[in-house]
Amino acid sequence: MLSCADIVKLVTDYYEGRLTPAERGRFEEHVAICPPCRSFLAQMRTTVELLGEIREEDVPPAMEEHLLTAFRDWKRDE
Amino acid sequence: MTRVAMAFVSRRPVAEEVVQETWLNVVRGLDGFEAKSSLRTWIYAILGNCARRRAEQERRLVPLSELAAEEASGDDLGVSRDRFFEGGRWAGMWSSAVPPWDGLPEERLLSSELRTALLEAIDALPRMQRAVITLRDVEGWPPEEVCEYLDVADGNQRVLLHRARAAARAAIERYLEEGTDRC
Repeated sequence: MLSCADIVKLVTDYYEGRLTPAERGRFEEHVAICPPCRSFLAQMRTTVELLGEIREEDVPPAMEEHLLTAFRDWKRDE
Repeated sequence: MTRVAMAFVSRRPVAEEVVQETWLNVVRGLDGFEAKSSLRTWIYAILGNCARRRAEQERRLVPLSELAAEEASGDDLGVSRDRFFEGGRWAGMWSSAVPPWDGLPEERLLSSELRTALLEAIDALPRMQRAVITLRDVEGWPPEEVCEYLDVADGNQRVLLHRARAAARAAIERYLEEGTDRC
């Protein structure tokens, strides 16, 4: 029987589909009867979802201006 | 992009210069861009080249595979061992509650404070974990592309991702607990 600490350790391998069928079986067996681990799994899923929503603007405004100037100069030189 | 460049050059001001140089090269090279790869792949390839060159100039180029192996070593669960019973019948079982987040009002999970807390948690990570979680979870790259780009072994990529995600989860947990104390 896996412990809760084992579940925590294996959660990413589980979500990445990298457990063997036997490991996967033991993992799911534990989670089925363990509410805190179910909660933990859901928290990890929510974490990944929230990370997917924090994408930042890659070009800060000051740099955008700098790039536009570079782009205009480059066009003019052509 | 700065967070990814920091895997190669480590210091933020240098990484910011690398990103700036990347964009200039992108602008200059746009005409020659052939749609054989996606624009994103092409831009990140330029970023990787600029960052490697810069790290070489500064004689700071450490093989990323080595850094990754170092960060992936040890027996870190991603959650403090204090949260589990140490011995006896319940050894390895949760000793503290893991409250579900699904009952929380949506605005708490979508707030800009939480976004800031998550970004701070990512910035506080060791540089390879930071690069892996940024590419995988923020930018949405598949694992094999991240391994190839950062030149890290698949097993180490997963350990780094796990530790970084666990740190992000802990940051959300802290944020939610602080909010509860205030109420």
